[in-house]
Amino acid sequence: MKRLFNFNLPPLLSVGPAALFLTVFFIAPFAIIAVYSLMEADPFGGVRRAFSADAYIQFLFTRDWDGNLQFDLSYLNIFWRSFALAAGATVLCLAAAFPAAYYIATQPRRRRGLLLLLITVPFWANLLVRTYCWVLILRDSGLVNGWLIAFDLISTPLPLMYTDGAILVGLTYTYLPFMALPIYASLEKTDWRLIEASRDLYAGHRQTLARVVFPLARPGVIAGCIMVFIPSLGAFIAPSLLGGGRNLMIGSLIQLQFSSSRNWPFGAASALILLAFVLLLLYLWRRRSGRDGRDDGESIW
Amino acid sequence: MPGFGAWTWVFYIFLYLPLVILVVFSFNAGRSATVWSGFSLDWYARAFGNESIQRATVNSLIVAFSAMTAATVLALLAALALMRGRRFRGGTVFRVTLLAPLMIPEIVTAVATLTFFSALGMQLGLFNVFIAHTVFCIPFAYLPIAARLSNLDESLECAARDLYAGAWRAFRRVTLPLAMPGIAAGAMLAFIISLDDFVITLMVADAGSTTLPVYIFGMVRMGTSPEINAVSTALLAVTTVIIVFHYYLSNSAKNRP
Amino acid sequence: MIELQDISKSFGADVVALKHVSFTVAENEFFTLLGPSGCGKTTLLRIIAGFEFTDSGDVLLDGGDIAQLPPEKRPVNTVFQNYALFPHMNVLQNVAFGMEMRGIERVEAADSARRMLSQVMLDDFAERFPAQLSGGQQQRVALARALINRPRVLLLDEPLSALDFKLRKTMRIELKRLQRDTGITFIFVTHDQEEALALSDRIAVMRDGEVRQIGAPMDVYEKPADRFVADFIGETNFLAGRVEAGGGDGTGDGAGDSTGGDSSRVNSLRVTLGDGSTVTARSQNANAADLRGAVTLAIRPERVALSAAATPGGVAGAIDEVVYQGNTTRYQITLQSGDRIAALETNAAAATAQFAAGDRVGARFEPQSLWVLQE
Ligand SMILES: Nc1ncnc2c1ncn2[C@@H]1O[C@H](COP(=O)(O)OP(=O)(O)OP(=O)(O)O)[C@@H](O)[C@H]1O
Ligand SMILES: [Mg+2]
Repeated sequence: MKRLFNFNLPPLLSVGPAALFLTVFFIAPFAIIAVYSLMEADPFGGVRRAFSADAYIQFLFTRDWDGNLQFDLSYLNIFWRSFALAAGATVLCLAAAFPAAYYIATQPRRRRGLLLLLITVPFWANLLVRTYCWVLILRDSGLVNGWLIAFDLISTPLPLMYTDGAILVGLTYTYLPFMALPIYASLEKTDWRLIEASRDLYAGHRQTLARVVFPLARPGVIAGCIMVFIPSLGAFIAPSLLGGGRNLMIGSLIQLQFSSSRNWPFGAASALILLAFVLLLLYLWRRRSGRDGRDDGESIW
Repeated sequence: MPGFGAWTWVFYIFLYLPLVILVVFSFNAGRSATVWSGFSLDWYARAFGNESIQRATVNSLIVAFSAMTAATVLALLAALALMRGRRFRGGTVFRVTLLAPLMIPEIVTAVATLTFFSALGMQLGLFNVFIAHTVFCIPFAYLPIAARLSNLDESLECAARDLYAGAWRAFRRVTLPLAMPGIAAGAMLAFIISLDDFVITLMVADAGSTTLPVYIFGMVRMGTSPEINAVSTALLAVTTVIIVFHYYLSNSAKNRP
Repeated sequence: MIELQDISKSFGADVVALKHVSFTVAENEFFTLLGPSGCGKTTLLRIIAGFEFTDSGDVLLDGGDIAQLPPEKRPVNTVFQNYALFPHMNVLQNVAFGMEMRGIERVEAADSARRMLSQVMLDDFAERFPAQLSGGQQQRVALARALINRPRVLLLDEPLSALDFKLRKTMRIELKRLQRDTGITFIFVTHDQEEALALSDRIAVMRDGEVRQIGAPMDVYEKPADRFVADFIGETNFLAGRVEAGGGDGTGDGAGDSTGGDSSRVNSLRVTLGDGSTVTARSQNANAADLRGAVTLAIRPERVALSAAATPGGVAGAIDEVVYQGNTTRYQITLQSGDRIAALETNAAAATAQFAAGDRVGARFEPQSLWVLQE
């Protein structure tokens, strides 16, 4: 007994508004940047109405004064750095969140509720503010340097800010709840008798973890990795607050093209390339997990 | 597993220590973020007295309320169609589009929206921000509503029709009240997501329609001032209150039919 | 009064839920749809209630076609399998809902609701919410909520299946009482044959979307139309037999015409069993006299009488197993023909079991209860 003929507003009324709204304000914009990425840049912002593949060529080549193309790795490097940082943040999040998620899932019901709420709050809290906290901690006059100097351990502040390390800490910190919640969700359904059974059969802690717990948690781990990796890859806040002007990531590169660099086609092309990566990743993930299309989970993902 | 309990403590300390530092130093009398020089509400007073912050706050609230309303209405209609209506062609595409803003990196959506407005020459200030926010608030409003509807036994709606309620009254008297916890949850999430949004607003907003997060970002860029701590703490407090409320609402809703 | 004419319904391309279903339910009748899971009972009720459209066929109520009316326009109410009480309304509001929707003043609706609640003995529960009621109480609220509207027909979809065994028995009696008191026509769905036999005026036995037999409980039990009905309702022994040329004696005895109407003529036949012995059996097939070749015989275990092997007139066999069941004793027997049957003997007098395993016995089949079945 699935679907009724009643309670069926005419589709024009129910599907219509959201479909129209999203087509105009969500799908059309993507069509437009696709077009923009194939036009000439206007140095005053925006584009000139002329076809050009420059935006894509620019990734691999620079044009020297004579107009010759030369192989140039600097943009590719930014992409590479972004992947490395996002992967690093994902690994760190996994390492930090897995034991915690496991521990929470084994707690009595009441306690679990509170522990879960304590992850849920930062999950929703403002990303900018949560990144800003690390500015307070890491900058030259920040908490770490301040205290190290106060205890005479160092005389000049350590250069903690504007490093890849700072970006990595910022990404890990901000996306940590995105890893913990999916892992918890998959472990919550676990039948803990399996683990007792495994211990019964003389599997050690480590073996139990590897052979029993990890496979059970795998869907959650994969979901968590996706949830951390994708936003890290496109991160803008962490690189621009903690990485300063020089340590760019894709996100800040794109933003720059639309502001000070005024190269919209290149920005549009970068955005589309990032989008392509993300969609590919999501496609692979969905094909693996082959989920059905109903939204009966409470989880936001 | 041995050691996991202790690690969980470390995990929570890592998660909360930076926030505690922010909150504590927002009440610091001095300018320093390293040395405690006594409790004071000065920075709050300063921040709330700051006209730019006031304007940004008003902008944030206007956008958050209107985006929440629009997103919740659109999401409710969409959820009714997807969870209750007859299957329709393109249903899956529709659902994927609805949820896509969750998965696409914000910066990509941001520049796409910016480009779109600029190509159209649409410069409507806060209205542009409202439109952009509504797009990414829709999935956050949709998911709790859809979850609630899918847990709602369809035979309740059948019973209402069977008991002489027409389609509209069955919706009004049975479906809507029973879906209300989901609708409220969705609206709350949409509200804080809009209130907290930074990346998309940064790209889309013009000078007159700066929101609070964008203003905070600007201040951080110019160098830190304890005022930022105060405003950030306030923003954090609003989110926390709403999330805690939402958490208990959805938990108690889960335990009821 | 309510008449289904040739109803067919399928879901998608390959699920056929109903095939050419027709029957008429009379005023005041307690009519039961009985059949195994998935045979289309719920679908049929949903069609009558208006939650589902038919692919073809008509639904007539008092002579008028209601197949195109939405549920709220039909003077028909439903008691849902899981009760479907509105969780956000208290008992009184639930019961008054239908009247309110029909435009009856709130106060008046509440008054009627209270009277209705006392009819189902729930006077003290008016302010409670459904979640605060036991299963049996919820069941009675669901009944009250439907009955208050005095529908022309009340549809009940396995209303007792969620209750525990004891409560089910009490509710059965209460259902029957309510039906008699209100005089409302009930169409009742169940897959519990005992429930169907105990409650119904008539039973429609369904399988795979088809109605296999319609009749009073006694007819359905005593004169099963086919092998499925015989097997589904009660326990039945099946025996292989042959009708030789000239086996039919052609005497239509016409006994016990059923109100259902499709099993009118009854014929007697001589059937030869596997071991060569012959028995007299009956057939509902109008052309039974012309029947030749292999047939299946059906007999209820309690209609098999056992006697010592020497007694003439029995079919010879040996007892495999004896199970003493208190009021009855059950024998498992292998006949000389190779057929294995059960026999149920009533322990009318205090005595030890008449026969023991290994005994050779003669089994006699009561001729009125031995049926030649059409497959
Ligand atoms: N909405 C639907 N979509 C597809 N198939 C359906 C639908 N409703 C019922 N069916 C199919 O129709 C057939 C009859 O279903 P129905 O619910 O009427 O059976 P039932 O006799 O009530 O069974 P039960 O005793 O288990 O309640 C089943 O095979 C079922 O799977
Ligand atoms: Mg059913």
